[in-house]
Amino acid sequence: MRRKKDKAWYALFVLPLVFVFVTVVIIPFLTGIGYSFISWDGMPLNEKTYVGMKNFIRMFSDKRFLSSAVHTLFFTILSVTIINLLGLTFALVVTSKLRIRNAVRAMLFMPYLIGGLILGYIWKFIFTDLFKMIGEFTGLDNFFFSWLLNPDFSLAAMIIVTTWQLAGYIMIIYINGIQGIPEDVIEAAKVDGAGFWHTLIKVKFPLIMPSFTICLFMTLSNCFKIFDVNVSLTGGGPNNSTEMMAMNIYNEIFSLNNYGYGQAKAILFFIAVASITLIQVAITKKREVEM
Amino acid sequence: MKKSGKLLLQILIIAFCIFYLFPIYIVFVNSFKNRQELYANMMAPPKTLTFEYYITAMGKMNFLRSFGNSLIVTLVSIAIIVILSSMTAWMLVRTNDKLSKWIFMIFVATMIIPFHTIMMPLMQVMGWIRDHLHIPMLNTLGGLIYMNVGFGASMAVFLYHGFIKAIPVSLEEAATIDGCNKFGVFWKIVFPMLKPTTTTVMILDVIWIWNDYLLPSLAISDKARRTIPLSTASFFGQFTIEWNLAMAGLTLTIIPVIIFYLAAQKHIVKGVAAGAVKL
Repeated sequence: MRRKKDKAWYALFVLPLVFVFVTVVIIPFLTGIGYSFISWDGMPLNEKTYVGMKNFIRMFSDKRFLSSAVHTLFFTILSVTIINLLGLTFALVVTSKLRIRNAVRAMLFMPYLIGGLILGYIWKFIFTDLFKMIGEFTGLDNFFFSWLLNPDFSLAAMIIVTTWQLAGYIMIIYINGIQGIPEDVIEAAKVDGAGFWHTLIKVKFPLIMPSFTICLFMTLSNCFKIFDVNVSLTGGGPNNSTEMMAMNIYNEIFSLNNYGYGQAKAILFFIAVASITLIQVAITKKREVEM
Repeated sequence: MKKSGKLLLQILIIAFCIFYLFPIYIVFVNSFKNRQELYANMMAPPKTLTFEYYITAMGKMNFLRSFGNSLIVTLVSIAIIVILSSMTAWMLVRTNDKLSKWIFMIFVATMIIPFHTIMMPLMQVMGWIRDHLHIPMLNTLGGLIYMNVGFGASMAVFLYHGFIKAIPVSLEEAATIDGCNKFGVFWKIVFPMLKPTTTTVMILDVIWIWNDYLLPSLAISDKARRTIPLSTASFFGQFTIEWNLAMAGLTLTIIPVIIFYLAAQKHIVKGVAAGAVKL
């Protein structure tokens, strides 16, 4: 009798959330694998035909998709590096004994709270109209021109906006790591005559390895999946030169109506995100030192 | 370091921070200018303070309506996520069997699935529920909230699970002996102790749901049900050239975020750090 009652309580507590979760995440994920083997234009009445692995083979001759993968990789590598360097520098400033540190932290973190979509629109104005104006005023028009009309500068613009959004967030995680270093370790290094750089590289860095793991994970997965900034800042242009993988998948499904083929790309995207982030975590975890 | 050197360094850092927030300044000052004044000099402060463009932008974005929609979706989604996830996580921790372990593992493992991988089949599933069970899952705030709960579940269960594991069972046992049922034990004893995690979950979910664009853009098509990111996107789709109006619109969307930030800065910074560190 008691066990039956316990089971009823268990169901009452766990089932509602599990039910929502299954219908929103699990079923779509599993049926999504099925969709990746069919050809379908998204119209409910139109036929879905099974095409086997054809969707996956087709990707390798899809120039637009391949170039979006290259852009995404290039964008991710550069953004992750810059965001982490900047975030770490910010964190070192904020954890210093300077009086202004709280104000600095508050200001640098703010962009993170404004969504990627809005940030993209803000910067669109800066990179187009404001840059053109600065170019006309100063005569430096080979740097200050409408960046979003040039493929390379558009990609740079994407990197700048993403950095602006995430550097403050990454800073917060590094601050947490740095504040976790015991005071006596730093003191001991000082007594032994270690200078600023020596303490930083030989003492502080190894001790904040767990923060590196988290920050790299967060920036890698955020940058690889970038979408909102892409939509509002460049729209993928000029000439699809800044179309990232997430946007390519979106366009394939909802603009070109290739539901099956687009879903196959989405499955590959999942495999790519999962393997890249898991490999990174495995590598950086190994380097964490035990305290 | 010498005193004057330190002062100079501080001035340089503050100058950098001001430069860093320059884009927000640009948005703000240009929201008060007419077209001519804006193109004459985009960096200068406005000559007159007029709220004309704000009123126009508010009308064109249907701002009050979308603000209300965003508020409802964010608050209700978070309330449900907090209630259901904390209950689930507690039961999973306190029931030491294979099923609980599996459920927890599946919650955690699915966190790595990108939204883009499930967006299309999700719309098909929701369409199926609408057509066959006659529950309006698409183009309703309720449907959007339902999907938000599904997507927020993993992270919240994960955070609560980690926290509850560290709480000793003895308090709960004492309450059970006193005749409290599980519901009473959870809401009277356990839930109040979870406050730090509840704050973290709420902060992370506010940032996510308030700014979420892709899911609402797929789920909502009706103009009257747009959230703020949706109405901003449609506004920019129509009026890209009228930058002064656009700037007023952007200021309107940023102001609530800044107010929220100023009001809860400490909690936000702490919550964001705690949410990331536990991953």
